[in-house]
Amino acid sequence: MIRRLLCLALVLLAFPAFAKDELVIAMNQAPGTLNPIISSMLAKSLIINMTERPVTAYDSTWKVVCMVCTVLPTLDNGRARVVDLPDGKRGMEIDIELKPLMWGDGVPLTAKDYEFTIEVGKNPKSGVSSSEAFRRILRFDIHDDRHFTMTVDRVTFDYNVFDIMALPAHIEKPIFEADPASYRNKTAYDTQPANAGLAFGPYRIVELVPGSRIALEANPTWAGDKPHFRRIVVKIIESTAALEANLLSGNVDYVFGELGLTLDQALAFDKRHGDRYDVIYKPALIYEHIDVKLDNPLLADRRVRQAILMAVDRKAICDKLFEGKQPVADSDVSPLDPMHASATPHYAYDPPAAMKLLNEAGFPPNATGMRFDGERRPFSIELTTTAGNRVRELVAQVIQSQLRQVGIELRLKPEPPRVFSDQLNHRRFSGLAMYAWVEAPQGVPRSTMHSEEIPSEKNGWSGQNYPGYANPAMDRALDQAERELDEGKRRRLFAEIQRLYAEDLPVLPLFFRVDPFVIPKQLMGVVPTGNLNSSTLWVEQWRWQD
Amino acid sequence: MTRTLAARLVEIAVTLILMSAVVYLLIGLMPGDPIDMMIAGDPHMTSADAARLRALYGIDKPLLQRYLAWASQAVQGNFGYSRSFGLPVLSVLGPRLLNTLELAGLAFVLSVAIALPLGIWTAAQPRSKADYLINLGCFAGISAPPFWLALLLITLFAVKLGWLPAGGMADLRPGTSPGEAIVQKLRFALLPVVTLALVQLGSYTRFMRGAMIEVLRQDYIRTARAKGVPERAVLWRHAFRNALAPVLTILALSFGGLVSGALITETMFAWPGMGKAIYQAILDNDYNLALVGLLAATFATVLGNLLADLAYAWVDPRVSFAQ
Repeated sequence: MIRRLLCLALVLLAFPAFAKDELVIAMNQAPGTLNPIISSMLAKSLIINMTERPVTAYDSTWKVVCMVCTVLPTLDNGRARVVDLPDGKRGMEIDIELKPLMWGDGVPLTAKDYEFTIEVGKNPKSGVSSSEAFRRILRFDIHDDRHFTMTVDRVTFDYNVFDIMALPAHIEKPIFEADPASYRNKTAYDTQPANAGLAFGPYRIVELVPGSRIALEANPTWAGDKPHFRRIVVKIIESTAALEANLLSGNVDYVFGELGLTLDQALAFDKRHGDRYDVIYKPALIYEHIDVKLDNPLLADRRVRQAILMAVDRKAICDKLFEGKQPVADSDVSPLDPMHASATPHYAYDPPAAMKLLNEAGFPPNATGMRFDGERRPFSIELTTTAGNRVRELVAQVIQSQLRQVGIELRLKPEPPRVFSDQLNHRRFSGLAMYAWVEAPQGVPRSTMHSEEIPSEKNGWSGQNYPGYANPAMDRALDQAERELDEGKRRRLFAEIQRLYAEDLPVLPLFFRVDPFVIPKQLMGVVPTGNLNSSTLWVEQWRWQD
Repeated sequence: MTRTLAARLVEIAVTLILMSAVVYLLIGLMPGDPIDMMIAGDPHMTSADAARLRALYGIDKPLLQRYLAWASQAVQGNFGYSRSFGLPVLSVLGPRLLNTLELAGLAFVLSVAIALPLGIWTAAQPRSKADYLINLGCFAGISAPPFWLALLLITLFAVKLGWLPAGGMADLRPGTSPGEAIVQKLRFALLPVVTLALVQLGSYTRFMRGAMIEVLRQDYIRTARAKGVPERAVLWRHAFRNALAPVLTILALSFGGLVSGALITETMFAWPGMGKAIYQAILDNDYNLALVGLLAATFATVLGNLLADLAYAWVDPRVSFAQ
């Protein structure tokens, strides 16, 4: 009897949960607020990109394409124009024609939604984290429901990148107008996430259990290609080991490549389960590097920085730890970026040349091979990085051992991410800091390289030029590159930026990370982008193989 | 009794006030603030954005002033908003508290239901083969790291056998029958509950066994046996009740865990509970969420101690609140 009951219980417990017109996806981070403009977060973008679309986005070939507009505004087609502004400066006018789209509750998406979104973005009380893109819009002229013209306060080469997501004015405006200061806490995206009127994309949220799962169903008012899945459930599984187990057990069908398994997990997965899954290693714009504190007297001479880079065998690190999947970096511009300059100086692994440079810089070795400065102080520096990142800790150990070969003592100091981030933001690290950042395609590295972006008490510790790099030639090149509309001239300016970067080495380039996408062989249509625009912007193309 | 209870309730209130101040100040003294983290995640933020947001969130004010502002709102029942979720703190913590109570409560009941009889049984036959075997199992349970145990169970029951889901909670759709809902909930709860129960089982069994062996050495037990009282009655009627007092202390101390959650088990099984919420709130500088979560755990611990004291009086008539 007991055996029979046990068998029955197991059969009941083991029955398959759901039909396959739905897709169960997992990711390792919970999105915070789902309001598309209040903050910037990858976990949120992965979800929101299924329910809404930006006006334009970078596709998988890193070209700007229209998502909500009908025609991409360009200078050639006359939908973008350089104009003189009343204050004597030059700005731009950009015409947008919206596709005929509808919010999930049947209300049309109109220019008024964008006008309202920009109003929220500009309001200092709204809690929008980055308001710069909104502040640059000086005028917003509505011609009719689907046509508007924006006047921006400057001329920039990426004038047609308009990645703002619209807020539904018919839902959000009354909340915002009641009290702009409490809007961030009362937005319908968080208080009523399953409100159909918050989505005009192929899916809309039907259930949200914070920190656990988000269920989306096909949006009947979506005017684009009909999505193949009736329902998509996104589960939050923060442990990557548990993510892998869930994938193998069939508890989830797919793990977002952008926010899922680590590269070493994917490499092992590829070997063990390559018959059931396709593993795509999509080179991304995540740039792994080491910031150098230029105020440190040991690191002030650029020959020392060049020597350090030559003493580290980056190719061997990539080959041994990442099976050659992650390309070695020469600067912060990815080899896949159209602005990459192949003539950028490259530092190959060359310990004798590194030792020669260190001797020239005034750091001769003693009898034990360790180096000292003129006052007999040892060449000992600290490398701080984020604790708990196994790969990064491994790389740090390899660098420590290779620098010892040329007589430099490296002290490793892994810190919890929030402590590390605090030290970086306030420039409290003493020598080297290893971490990664993300750039947009053709992104001008102004915030990391311009002298005005050195964090200080005066500027509220903003900016990301943590090394404290100040070179007037670099500042000029950055300023011009941002405003240069001619592609040939811009390419030359980018080449100059990369040359200065590689010669001065305020940052030691390591490698570009790849996003490992582990995709079940039956799942078709998932196209990794490798840029800031996630693959879910094209989720309606995802389907099971027939 | 009433006066004692009232005094203890005042003690609890004072403890909570002190804890709120200590926790708030400690969180505030940790390196970094929420705006630092926003800057790190958004290269487009300018110095003007940072200053504006610090003023908006009140982070530009001294820590003590911020605490007093929070406390004055808290006494009116407004515990503020979670910065990470954009929701009132209680709306975020409420469902998680229920999830944790479900997970930790089931594990607690399961481990106590097995550990107490097992401890008594092994105490009744010390140094027997069964005693050695159970002790070995207890030490294995105490020593096994929960993340390893969780992975082992997931690999066996979810990946290899495919009987149970590897994690998460049941996704109950409208129209699910109550019977099916229970089965679905059980499917998802079984592995995390068993993991947590196995970890607790060893220590509870060892405490119960130790307490019983101590009591079974007492003269009154020998007297009862000499009088011909059946062994079953000796164990359950005479020894068990006396051995229960020290075990109650241990169980009461575990009470806080029912609310503070089990971080590792919750993370491994993607169970959205209090442990994960508090941990993540601290990492994300979500002051309000971390503070209220920790206060809830403190409250559960002091309440557990109060219940343990009341239980002493119940199991041991020599304990009297009147004195």
